[in-house]
Amino acid sequence: MTAITDMPDLPRAARRPQIGNPVLRWLRTNLFSSIPNGILTIILLAILAKGVIGFVQWGIAHAVWLTPANDSSACKAVRGLGACWAIIPEKYRFILFGTYPFDEQWRPALSVALFIALFYLSSRRTLWRRELAFLWIGALALISVLMWGGVFGLSFVSQDRWGGLPVTLILATFGLAFGFPLGILVALGRRSKLPAIRSLSVLYVELIRGVPLVSLLFMASVMFPLFMPSGFNIDKLLRAQIAIILFAGAYLAEVIRGGLQAVPRGQYEAADALGLSYWRKHRLVVLPQAIRHVIPPLVNTFIAFFKDTSLVLIIGIFDLLTTAKTAIIDPAWQQFSVEVYIFVAAIYFVFCFAMSRYSRSLEATSGR
Amino acid sequence: MTSDDPRPPPRHSFFGALGPNELKGLFWQVLVVGIAVAIVVFLWSNTVTNLSARRITTGFAFLGREASMPIADSLLAYNPRDSYLWAFVVGVANTLRVAVIGIVLATILGTLIGVSRLSANWLLSRLAALYVEVLRDIPLLLQLLFWYVLMQGLPAARAAWRPLDGVFLSNRGLILPAIPIGMPQLWVLGTFVLGFIAFLAIGRWLVAQQMRDGKPRPAWPFALGLIVVLPAAVSLLLGVSWTIEWPQLRGFNFVGGLTLAPEYFALLIALVTYTSAFIAEIVRSGIQSVPRGQWDAASALGLRRSFMLRQIILPQALRVIVPPMTSQYLNLTKNSSLAVAIGYQDVVSVANTTLNQTGQAIEVISLIMAVFLTISLGISFFMNWFNARIALAER
Repeated sequence: MTAITDMPDLPRAARRPQIGNPVLRWLRTNLFSSIPNGILTIILLAILAKGVIGFVQWGIAHAVWLTPANDSSACKAVRGLGACWAIIPEKYRFILFGTYPFDEQWRPALSVALFIALFYLSSRRTLWRRELAFLWIGALALISVLMWGGVFGLSFVSQDRWGGLPVTLILATFGLAFGFPLGILVALGRRSKLPAIRSLSVLYVELIRGVPLVSLLFMASVMFPLFMPSGFNIDKLLRAQIAIILFAGAYLAEVIRGGLQAVPRGQYEAADALGLSYWRKHRLVVLPQAIRHVIPPLVNTFIAFFKDTSLVLIIGIFDLLTTAKTAIIDPAWQQFSVEVYIFVAAIYFVFCFAMSRYSRSLEATSGR
Repeated sequence: MTSDDPRPPPRHSFFGALGPNELKGLFWQVLVVGIAVAIVVFLWSNTVTNLSARRITTGFAFLGREASMPIADSLLAYNPRDSYLWAFVVGVANTLRVAVIGIVLATILGTLIGVSRLSANWLLSRLAALYVEVLRDIPLLLQLLFWYVLMQGLPAARAAWRPLDGVFLSNRGLILPAIPIGMPQLWVLGTFVLGFIAFLAIGRWLVAQQMRDGKPRPAWPFALGLIVVLPAAVSLLLGVSWTIEWPQLRGFNFVGGLTLAPEYFALLIALVTYTSAFIAEIVRSGIQSVPRGQWDAASALGLRRSFMLRQIILPQALRVIVPPMTSQYLNLTKNSSLAVAIGYQDVVSVANTTLNQTGQAIEVISLIMAVFLTISLGISFFMNWFNARIALAER
């Protein structure tokens, strides 16, 4: 063995001579490296070509892009052959904003823009400071003013007229904004040395995680009036929001607990040695490190919640998916639900894909 | 929160035994538990008052009453005159039917796609990545509605698509040829399962023998004997018939064969494709977690590729794969409750109807919780057992 390690550096195995066209070379190494591989490539290409051609014919070549208002006859003529994208310009206001007063729909539109700006700013690493919390409070307050109105000359719009994309974003964002602190408290509770607090936290997390969100939402919509003193009732949207916060809290708690476990013991001991109290120890020393550890899984949990807000369809709250489903009840357009679902899927996809890309870039840089 | 002071505090009386930190801890616990108890008591007393105001008696007596709810698609015999209890059992069976088959299919599809993502073939790995990315980033409920709309858009029974002989796809669902299973067929299937278990045991014994003296022993004669010849012999001895029942179009509907209703079929497709995207990622990261050196070492020993995968790579990858897989299985089971959106009567859907008809909210919700906690515990128990079996044997 020593003979080998003591040998002077041998010239590296001569690299394969780079001959021929680089495109052909790439094809050869990546698509036709062996005979079975080549056959596989050809089969895949055939399937892909068939799929793409079929989609282009349906989605572009034979598609109807625009029709006169409320007239679906052109679409019905190509039914089965081509897509009816004309339903989107016809219905997009309803799908995006639900039954919000038509002339006031710039307000939910502006709210959506504010949400997107808020998400963008929160993703910048350089802005991860305490001021970010104030930014969140300010933006959410501004959005509430825009949506409700009733002040600054804005007319009041009650919650049951809200709908579409703003409702989806509200459910997801407020769910996280309140679920996150709740999750931190429960995660700390689960790691606490006090037996009563620990068992309460475990009970909460396991009960919530053990049942599907659908049944929690049913509980919020059907059972809530039973739980409250008679005569006391709160809005359906708020009830669903509470269910989503409780749900988010339990899942986020488990992610944060993972982060707490990753903080070395020495950090706790050093904080104790400095004489910090329990809360100051966690706020100044432990939590900043713990949360930094779990940012990628946290973003993945956010993606899951964003998608899960669509379940409020089952209890009849007008989020983006419900407005889409309602838009196609219109008998004239009933047969073109696939196009509407594709449109809504694209909106969800853009949000989730951006988040998952972001999570991946964080994962790639977090090691440094 | 324990005392930071290394010297034990002086112990005089009961409270003297507690240092300042313990007292603080006690205070917090009493406070938090007190608040929790107060909330529960508040909600409980409200509920009791409200229920008595609505003349609803608490308790599970309502389960014996006639359910009078229709359940279109069920494994077990059911009619609306049966009791709520039986309707509930039928709902549980429907949930299990979609969850168990969904878990099996999603595992197979997810593994195939996860392996495809690592393929040397660029096109295959890109297509697999596209599949994962698209399916993961669209809400499951939206996908479910999409599949259901596609099912409803299929041609009527008379003009059904026939992708294969005897297979019909129409707005009545998927109709497949089936083999009627009775008692004699069950005997043969039982022999098959027993033969398979015996073969696994013999396989382990053979490997143990090889570990001892290094001589490889072929396992295939046992496989042939126990899994193929034995059930075939039983089948011949008992004279079991395996006639295939072909579905036929009669009037507006199909007779014979196995029918998967559109609701069930849409739910199964949505759950399987959605979950398989997550499983694919788990499988990919599991395989990637096996260090390159393990592949190199196995090839250097001159092992065949299949043997290398089975004995070297897979056991190591499984250790990374199994724990997250457990939570995917649990997710699939919980997600099956979305069935209520398209009218497939799973346990949540049946419970919801029961709730609307009887108003027995607490009982119904606790039944749902009991069912899902039992299923979750069952899956976790099985996966923990499996995980313990494959975990690294530390020496």
